Amino acid sequence: MAVMTMREALNQAMREEMTRDESVFLLGEEVGAYQGAYKITQGLLAQFGEWRVRDTPIAEEAIAGVAVGAAFIGLRPIAEMMTFNFSILALDQIVNHAAKYRYMSGGQIKCPMVMRGPSGAAAQVAAQHSQALESWYAHIPGLVVVMPSTPKDAKGLLKSAIRDDNPVIFMENEVLYNLKGEVPEEEFHIPLGLADVKRAGKDVTIVAWSRSVVTSLAAADLLAKDGIEAEVVDPRTLRPLDEDLIFDSVRKTNRCVVVEEGWRYAGFGAEIADRVQLNCFDDLDAPVVRVTAADVPMPYAKTLETAYLPQPDRVVDAVHKVLYR
Amino acid sequence: MNREEAFTLYRQMLLIRRFEERCAQLYVEGKIGGFLHLYIGQEAVGVGAMSLLRPDDYFVTSYRDHGLALARGTDPRPLMAELCGKATGISRGKGGSMHFYDVPRGNFGGDGIVGGHLPIAAGMGYGIRLRKTDQIALCFFGDGAVNEGAFHEALNVSGLWDLPVVFIIENNRYGMGTALDRASSVKDLYQRGSAYGIPRREVNGMDLMAVRDVLGEAIDLARKEKRPSLIEAETYRYRGHSMSDPGKYRSKEEVDQMMQFDPLHLFGRRLMEQERVSAAELEALDKDVLAQVDDCVRFTEESPFPAPESLYEDVYVRSPYMNMKAAEKDPSWRTALREDRVPESFPAFVPAAVKVEQ
Repeated sequence: MAVMTMREALNQAMREEMTRDESVFLLGEEVGAYQGAYKITQGLLAQFGEWRVRDTPIAEEAIAGVAVGAAFIGLRPIAEMMTFNFSILALDQIVNHAAKYRYMSGGQIKCPMVMRGPSGAAAQVAAQHSQALESWYAHIPGLVVVMPSTPKDAKGLLKSAIRDDNPVIFMENEVLYNLKGEVPEEEFHIPLGLADVKRAGKDVTIVAWSRSVVTSLAAADLLAKDGIEAEVVDPRTLRPLDEDLIFDSVRKTNRCVVVEEGWRYAGFGAEIADRVQLNCFDDLDAPVVRVTAADVPMPYAKTLETAYLPQPDRVVDAVHKVLYR
Repeated sequence: MNREEAFTLYRQMLLIRRFEERCAQLYVEGKIGGFLHLYIGQEAVGVGAMSLLRPDDYFVTSYRDHGLALARGTDPRPLMAELCGKATGISRGKGGSMHFYDVPRGNFGGDGIVGGHLPIAAGMGYGIRLRKTDQIALCFFGDGAVNEGAFHEALNVSGLWDLPVVFIIENNRYGMGTALDRASSVKDLYQRGSAYGIPRREVNGMDLMAVRDVLGEAIDLARKEKRPSLIEAETYRYRGHSMSDPGKYRSKEEVDQMMQFDPLHLFGRRLMEQERVSAAELEALDKDVLAQVDDCVRFTEESPFPAPESLYEDVYVRSPYMNMKAAEKDPSWRTALREDRVPESFPAFVPAAVKVEQ
């Protein structure tokens, strides 16, 4: 095992897949000469040249559309969004084109592309640069939605996403880019649609993904001091959802809390809560409780930002609630 | 162009005309649902363009897509079946009028979002450059699409990266019910190419030979020099934007006047004058085409509607990189195939004894 940051892990995944398969190419704003707005693509231009590492104008619909068109004729583009906030300008290409052409053509067309970049809140960048959009993408049939929380998951899942023949929305998190973790040195990939238990426990199931896994693990440490053993389940892929691992955990603990950085209203956590109540109704000793962002645009001030986001103490409160403590 | 080639192109235009007329009838009869945008009046653009393509070239178009699929040589029977939502349809009844695709012929549709397919055409051009082949991509769209942001983004990157894409504005003067002069600050739409530094031309889209001349040069430029072009074909649609359009935004006189420049009439006259095709021959050809359209309707009527079980098919591609055990709880993943499907083929239509004398 090598210890590296998520940034390095993502870079390795792309470097390895671009070496392995000449049809893989990367395009996006500042991915080449600038070495990446967040340095995820560092060194790739020098290694692969401008046609495979393409700096684009600030034109998100063109970035996504060029990826879709190239994917239709057999290439494997990776479209980097500087942040997923800007992917809203490219939404038509993903929702109406990448996700639907296979169906509308009766199975004639496929779109093996990855759209990736940081999503969720960063640090004090305010409302237009801090939003968790996974619920939007997970809503769309035809897409695969992946959200890694560790360097190992990031590398293994990005490699699968690049090789997969479906359009994959791969949402990273800026705050996690410097997170360090162990990553296998040998060739490996992690299947899409496979959940993972990030911490074993017997008293309560906490379902969380991306940065919320870190928040939930911190909450689990606080709870452990109090004698409560929380199990943290990370779906890693939101669409399709590996629900069985969540159900297995809930059947063991009989209690479930869902933590997400997105808004509560029609958020992805509601999908999980729905599936848990439908499949584990007799196993639940309390209603499923959700911990989410506040239902307002992200504010700038540090104090307000902290109040907006799920924090470990709010996860602890939610666990107390389902334990009736 | 020899006599046989000219005759073939005329037949294609006539097939589009008769096919579309029958579609209008089927729509009124309630056999075709949803939206129906007819290509009548614009035949010379599609047929002229397709006559210049190589089998390995690509094209994309808007929702007014029947004419191009027919001109590219797709069997009209699965097209008619698609319009009627039958299982034998080219898109297995999942697409309808706006979504004709025929990937073995390089036809990637059939896009329902105005301007949405322009960045995709640029992506095809990018893929061609990356693979270093001498293919090209054609991108057809209406005059309404030039005001979309996607037009600007697609033309900018095509000019910037030298992509082998020919962008063809089929200017039929109206974006739905809004006349061009109420929608575009520049009236000569081809001039917009100057904003991106790409070659631009206008052409009489009612004249098949003119379309071939101008597009031929643009295609050569794309194939040999990897340069995009913007071509404005001035044409006219005789029917409404779709079947639900009563056309109150234009006068009957205007429509009548434009119909005097009918592309079939114009090219038919050339056939008679230059190729000495007789009026009787053209009449016999029309009968043959009408028989082919009848055959399409018969084929469609004999075809079944899609079985409800096909609802979940063709959403995803089966994947060795997916945890299928979990994914397969979803019927879309359970039915997902590893390979792409190709349109079903059916026994060929045998034309009546129409002889073209050499």
